[in-house]
Amino acid sequence: MKAILARSAQPPAHDITMSFPLVDPPAAPCAASPSVLEAVGLECIRSDRVLFTDLHLAVRSGQLLQVEGPNGAGKTSLLRILCGLAAPTQGEVRWQGQAIRRVWQQFMTDTAYIGHHHGIKGDLTPAENLRIARALGRPQPDVTIDDALYQVGLEDFSDVPARILSAGQKRRVALSRLLATQARLWILDEPLAALDVKGIGLVEEMLSEHLRRGGMAVVTTHQPLALGHGQLTRLSLA
Amino acid sequence: MADSGLIKVFGILVWRDLLLALRRRAQIMNPLMFFVIVVTLFPLGIGPEPNLLQTLAPGVIWVAALLAAMLSLESIFHSDFEDGSLEQLLLIPHPLSVTVLAKAAAHWLTTGLPLLFLAPLLAVLLHLPNEAIRVLVLSLVLGTPVLSLIGAIGVALTVGLRRGGVLLSLLVLPLYIPVLIFAAGAVDNAAGGLPVTAHLSILGALLAFTLSLSPWAAAAALRISVE
Repeated sequence: MKAILARSAQPPAHDITMSFPLVDPPAAPCAASPSVLEAVGLECIRSDRVLFTDLHLAVRSGQLLQVEGPNGAGKTSLLRILCGLAAPTQGEVRWQGQAIRRVWQQFMTDTAYIGHHHGIKGDLTPAENLRIARALGRPQPDVTIDDALYQVGLEDFSDVPARILSAGQKRRVALSRLLATQARLWILDEPLAALDVKGIGLVEEMLSEHLRRGGMAVVTTHQPLALGHGQLTRLSLA
Repeated sequence: MADSGLIKVFGILVWRDLLLALRRRAQIMNPLMFFVIVVTLFPLGIGPEPNLLQTLAPGVIWVAALLAAMLSLESIFHSDFEDGSLEQLLLIPHPLSVTVLAKAAAHWLTTGLPLLFLAPLLAVLLHLPNEAIRVLVLSLVLGTPVLSLIGAIGVALTVGLRRGGVLLSLLVLPLYIPVLIFAAGAVDNAAGGLPVTAHLSILGALLAFTLSLSPWAAAAALRISVE
């Protein structure tokens, strides 16, 4: 099974972004280019099954990589490898040209990850959850906790225990973490799960704004993303 | 990263766990109630003979403290593992060993520290002489942090397993035995009017050893478990 990297053939467009899947040669390592997440020759084997092998990818400033594929294709495994939670069987993930283990602290400062479990403590309020996330990461100075909760539509729930929130609301708390901290690379595993139509619009807006500011994102989702800014690239795991 | 930054992160993590413990008071009370009940049941079971109780007291109190610590160990990482917070803690731009040390410290503050106040009362109940009670408290000061620190390694190793509870006790209890032997031995010696410095020194050495090693061991174990 070989993963196919499909990349948009268009230069970064600023109004409407369309993406034409093309089979792309392995991304050449480019150590000099700033803000780049690269994966070189990744292989992942889970319980004797090869999920992907010889996978190359590169995400640069203003780019979004949408990872697609059927259930069990290894989307989550890929994301966990990209953010350093799991080690690939082979290959290496690089941040700005260096293996992530070697620049771990810098890489972690620049990266935000939201997985299947969003890491929200049910016994704490959304505001407390955010305060802790900010204290442990790099807080966004011009966004207060109240601002972040307002933007995701949870201003009325800032001081109730997060456990009483619905699945979609918890997902929104997790998303507000992205607003309250500054990370250049967002790695989001199914960010649209459990969200309503407005919530999906919110995520698209957040991603567009993030890319407009020169951020980058790796996202798994089955739904098409409508982005106002940035360059969308698709990667199909088959 | 400056040292003050690490201390701040340590403080935030301890505060976070204490806040969580405060929101779940039952979880703190459980092991403490267990400790009190086990120790108070002994006089009822073996009769009110002062000499017999005094002989048994060090062992009884320390075995109960050890089992109470075991009961609460899973809380160090388990709920964080289930809701994904552990992944987030692994992905903060600070050394994982600091996170582990903070979590072990919070565990000790919620389960070990209260024992220091409960144990003297229970020791009176078991007719321990005053000198022995002082040594008992000292042995708990030195010994209970070791329980939390060693426990953190065990929980870090088993947190990803579905039924890790039995494995956890198998892993951790053998490592608790030295603490039990030297701590109960110290109290026993004190009750008999013998010197206790050697026992307490060994407990102190165990504490220094685990304090310096267990954060790294538990951090490595966590990385494997979360993967």
